[in-house]
Amino acid sequence: MTVFTPSRPVRRAAYRPSIELVPEILAGNVAAIARMITRAEAGYPEAVPALAEIYRHSGKAHVVGITGVPGAGKSTLVSSLIRAFGSEGRKVGVVAVDPSSPFSGGAILGDRVRMSEAASSSQAFVRSMATRGQLGGLARSTLQAVDVLDAAGYSPIIIETVGVGQDEVEVVTAAHSIVVLSAPGLGDDIQAIKAGILEIADIHAVSKSDKPEAAATVSALRGMMTLGSERAQSKWSPPVLPVSAVSGERIGELKDAISRHWAHLRESGELADRQRGICRTRILGAAKHLFQGKFDARAGEIGEHIQAVVNRDMDPAGAARLLLGWTDEGQAT
Amino acid sequence: MSEANMTEQVAGDAPDRDAMTGTIRVLVAKLGLDGHDRGAKVVARILRDAGMEVVYTGLYKSPDEVVAAAVQEDVDVIGVSLLSGSHVPLFRELGRCLREQKADHIFVVAGGVIPEQDYAALWDSGVDAIVPQEARAELIVTTVRNLIAARGRV
Repeated sequence: MTVFTPSRPVRRAAYRPSIELVPEILAGNVAAIARMITRAEAGYPEAVPALAEIYRHSGKAHVVGITGVPGAGKSTLVSSLIRAFGSEGRKVGVVAVDPSSPFSGGAILGDRVRMSEAASSSQAFVRSMATRGQLGGLARSTLQAVDVLDAAGYSPIIIETVGVGQDEVEVVTAAHSIVVLSAPGLGDDIQAIKAGILEIADIHAVSKSDKPEAAATVSALRGMMTLGSERAQSKWSPPVLPVSAVSGERIGELKDAISRHWAHLRESGELADRQRGICRTRILGAAKHLFQGKFDARAGEIGEHIQAVVNRDMDPAGAARLLLGWTDEGQAT
Repeated sequence: MSEANMTEQVAGDAPDRDAMTGTIRVLVAKLGLDGHDRGAKVVARILRDAGMEVVYTGLYKSPDEVVAAAVQEDVDVIGVSLLSGSHVPLFRELGRCLREQKADHIFVVAGGVIPEQDYAALWDSGVDAIVPQEARAELIVTTVRNLIAARGRV
């Protein structure tokens, strides 16, 4: 049993510095966009200045988060939305997140299976991304990928989270507009008044509306909405939209609701609040990542602190403060 | 080849060697009118368990769709499983699309039912490795790793 692989002259494509890719990304070059996202994911130090430059060119796109339980139909819905926005001549960017294996680190990224035609059109850029150990429904570099697509002129940019449970709501501090997709036939109206994922929706969509059970899910969600929401101070009232990718039913309405929410955010001034929230989370996330890197790189020094904590000479929080250089007791909790 | 060795070689061209331990990304594709994807799914699972990120395209894809997806996903390898007998024209078209879209740094690995008398034709179309259907999991994994190790990161 052998592999047929006779020697071919080795193709050594040159490594192009990231900063050289920036002008190509701004001009919309698909290969350059794709390569930069790879480097952001890998966390190459060489790519850091280029990503900073790209960030300066971003900030124009409408970022839409789509979340929901596994199998709700998120990828199928994204495919329909690519077509719907595409018919308005808009270039749609998609970052679709799927889980990494906690054991091998590998992943099966299957979101493209549901979006083939739409994803292959020149009007769309679809990137599958593995969580690489990140919890919360997104990957660490999801928003860097969004920056790259934003700088390249894609809008809207849709973030499709992993199939979530009840509590993975990280997308709320990543996107401007949140669509929560519920599948019919899962749970009763008590599910609808629980805390968590349903609370974060700017728009509720109910998938598979061609199925008879969908009406009950729609009415449970509408019932929940009448009880008011945490975001009651906002003039925006989240609509509940049954959609069917099979029949194409009301996909246009969902697209319009997404556009309306974007207009609402800009006109009401709520956009500024959301942007501050997103930036705050990103700074904190970057700080945690940097600290993690420092922690991993200084094994010797950390080892001494670990021993001190083992010996009960120091407590864990005290060691952490010391490592952060926060000697003032009052600064950290 | 150990994981450490591979990383070392993969890092060859890069400016900062220590950081260049990028995850291998593979696009597993089904081309043309071939509805049998059990093998493709098994291979996807094998590569996943070897720590790679595997984008699966689903059935009935055309060569240009597969190449467009591979470019957006920035994969290192396209793995195509074919059992329909139409491998010669489909791989010829795949190779043409890769060159046309300036994506021929991406390796092509063929699997499925490929008779030996067609190996040369596939080779001429730009296929880099043909994995026989009786191949064991390790052979598939090392084939992919060896190809990338020889190329370096891009």
